[in-house]
Amino acid sequence: MNQLTEYPGVWAQALLGTLILFFAGGAIALVLGIIVGAMRVSPIPVARAVGAVYVNWIRNTPLTLVMFFFAFCVPLLMPGRADWLVLAIWALGIYTATYVAETIRSGINTVPVGQAEAARALGLTFGQVMTLVVMPQAARSVIPPMMSVFIALLKNTTVAAGFSVVNLGNIRAEMSENGENQLVTILWVMAAFVLMVFLLAWLQRMLENKWRIAR
Amino acid sequence: MRKSRIIAGLGLTAAALLALTACNSGSPTGSPTGDATGEGEAEETWFTVAEDVTLEGSPTFDAITERGTVKIGVKEDQPGLGYLDPTTGERTGFDIDVARWIAASLGYDEDQIEYTAIPSANREQAIVNGDVDYYVGTYSINDKRKEQIAFAGPYFITGQGLLVAADNEDIAGPEDLAGKNVCSATGSTSIQRIKDEYPEATTTEFAGYSECVEQLKNGQVDAVTTDESILIGYAAQDPDNLKVVGDVFSEERYGVGLAKDDAALQEYINTMFTDGGDIWQAIFDKNLGPAGVEGEQPDVDPVM
Amino acid sequence: MTSVLYDVPGPRAILRNRILGVVTVVVVLALVGFVMYRFWVTGQFTAEKWYAFTFTRIWEQFGLATLRTLAAFGVAAVGALVLGFVLAIGRLSDHAWVRTPVMGVTEVFRAIPVLVLMILLYYGLPVIGIKMTSYWAVVIALVVYNGAVLAEVVRAGVESLPRGQREAGFAIGLRKSGVMRLILLPQAIRAMMPVIIAQLVVTLKDTALGFIITYPELLYFAKLLGSNAPLGSPLIPAALVAGTIYVALCLALSYAAYVVERRLRSSPKVGAVAGGEAGVVVGLTEAAPTTATETIAARRALSRFKRDAGGS
Repeated sequence: MNQLTEYPGVWAQALLGTLILFFAGGAIALVLGIIVGAMRVSPIPVARAVGAVYVNWIRNTPLTLVMFFFAFCVPLLMPGRADWLVLAIWALGIYTATYVAETIRSGINTVPVGQAEAARALGLTFGQVMTLVVMPQAARSVIPPMMSVFIALLKNTTVAAGFSVVNLGNIRAEMSENGENQLVTILWVMAAFVLMVFLLAWLQRMLENKWRIAR
Repeated sequence: MRKSRIIAGLGLTAAALLALTACNSGSPTGSPTGDATGEGEAEETWFTVAEDVTLEGSPTFDAITERGTVKIGVKEDQPGLGYLDPTTGERTGFDIDVARWIAASLGYDEDQIEYTAIPSANREQAIVNGDVDYYVGTYSINDKRKEQIAFAGPYFITGQGLLVAADNEDIAGPEDLAGKNVCSATGSTSIQRIKDEYPEATTTEFAGYSECVEQLKNGQVDAVTTDESILIGYAAQDPDNLKVVGDVFSEERYGVGLAKDDAALQEYINTMFTDGGDIWQAIFDKNLGPAGVEGEQPDVDPVM
Repeated sequence: MTSVLYDVPGPRAILRNRILGVVTVVVVLALVGFVMYRFWVTGQFTAEKWYAFTFTRIWEQFGLATLRTLAAFGVAAVGALVLGFVLAIGRLSDHAWVRTPVMGVTEVFRAIPVLVLMILLYYGLPVIGIKMTSYWAVVIALVVYNGAVLAEVVRAGVESLPRGQREAGFAIGLRKSGVMRLILLPQAIRAMMPVIIAQLVVTLKDTALGFIITYPELLYFAKLLGSNAPLGSPLIPAALVAGTIYVALCLALSYAAYVVERRLRSSPKVGAVAGGEAGVVVGLTEAAPTTATETIAARRALSRFKRDAGGS
């Protein structure tokens, strides 16, 4: 029970690793996901096709395989040395971007077309249409599923444990090398995740209740 | 429309299967581990399968007798020590032959052996769980492991060494590891020693040494560290790209991993080792001699 | 044809779209070309790298590893479905002493990463004496996690049904269990079927996590083969073959979902409640629509999809 106090450095490092993977991977996922999402709803057929291929391909591949590719195959292909953490972040980002793209696409499609047409009829520019009319309405349908995607991302950071990235997933190995009780370690890790996920889920529920409308 | 699609599908599958039969079914030519086809027969002259073996007071032996087969834990990615050729399904290596020797002395021949490959980190678990009867796979004896399991032997002594790229001039020994990235297997004594004694080195951990060797070859890590015997096996497979450097900087004593409460089996295997010097030498010469490993049979530890 | 983001293109917009189309093609070709170039430069296309695949036994091993993946998936899928129903029914119970603990259990199981569950079962339980093979660690972890997620899916399905269904059931004299069994659950399952199958695709993908606790499934074998020096260390060919097999398996399962959904949509029993592609879309975010809002959003997106035929 006193593992946390005996090895504060190790636990802090593991938690930091998880958080770095989460935030950095999330940032890449958001940027890439918005780009791909925009591509998928664009009027350019080529962009739609490319987006569809990318999303359907990565969505049907396990995250473990994507990370395996990044950890083992990318160093083979690229000259120079890459940090394991960076490779894992890219893997997580590229994988999660597909779900972000899909969420954005379905969210935007929930806004009635009439809203956008009316806004355009008023003479608003593209930027104004987006910020004043479409995004506020889309946010209602985009943000809660997006929180689910990020909760999934937080849980997926543990997969990096198999690829030599220090995070909460492989602290068990570290602890067992020091002779500590592995069951206790794992229970603490579970508690940490439950805490973090509940935090995000509470945030999600709060946002949802704020935007709940009668239908 | 649907029927022709089904027929097309069946046709494709049949074509694929036909193509498979055209594939090789032998072992790759020029394999550096050596084709053991000729020497397979020679093994049988070293040790014969014992008959009517009884061993009192050994729960493991009782389990084996009841089951009729022996479950042995091994490594499958260490050439020269514990290696499984994926193209032929043949297991070769020093540890594998020692495992066969133990099985034969218990009265079980090759057909009654079930091998299971278990990576370094899971070895104690597997023995404690009873997934294997005993484990022979570069298993170093140390006190921490003795808390959970028992060891018979040692049957080989080596030490920790370093494997680097053939063109690497910077690393000549463990003192040069400061600031370098060293790779080893999760849960191994090698990685623990680096962390304890050479903390200026950065460590990378993977499930097995073969992954570490891959990362060494593509430049992600500077060195791989584990027992020198294992490293020599890898270097022998790819001498143009890999080399072993420096002297050994630890002593690793390989033992046979057994369940903790089984002193009878431990005693039995120790006796087998002590009395079987010729067999040991023959196994050693076949597997490790050609690669340049030196060694002689150590004395076994007394049973605790 | 207008869409939410883009107006009907005028002459300048058409030109701009064409230019953007060309730019996209160029960028994509450059990316793909770069990757292919790196493959070629590091010798991934040489016969030496693919040498391992000329052996029958290698393909047999791939087949065996795939079978082990499917074995874990099959049992886990059935278990997850059963657990999902049990938890959903518990969650919908009228009695608080059933509902609250079940809710707590479901939320906790959904919050724990699958890998941590697997590690708990494989490394943690033996500490207190419970022995477990890697197969059962993988299967039980998958059952627990996906069962919890499916429980939420089924619950959302039941709650999204028109209230009148339930009231009509009571009105004709059925008791709570009858209403659930004969009226609510069948409709909910039909409505959520695409989402349920999408979650099963996630289960299939998560069997790959077994590689980290050394369950000898497909990815484990690909790694073993890829590190094999005498065969030329075919890491990338092995990863490509494993990847293709996974994509094929998942596409087959998704196709089954699509076929089921199409048959449902034409079925008169379900009508407009079917999930449609949007359901598959939202469901595949690994946290199926957990709230009424999401389900309704999914249904709305479906009607959008029906109009934007080119949006796929």
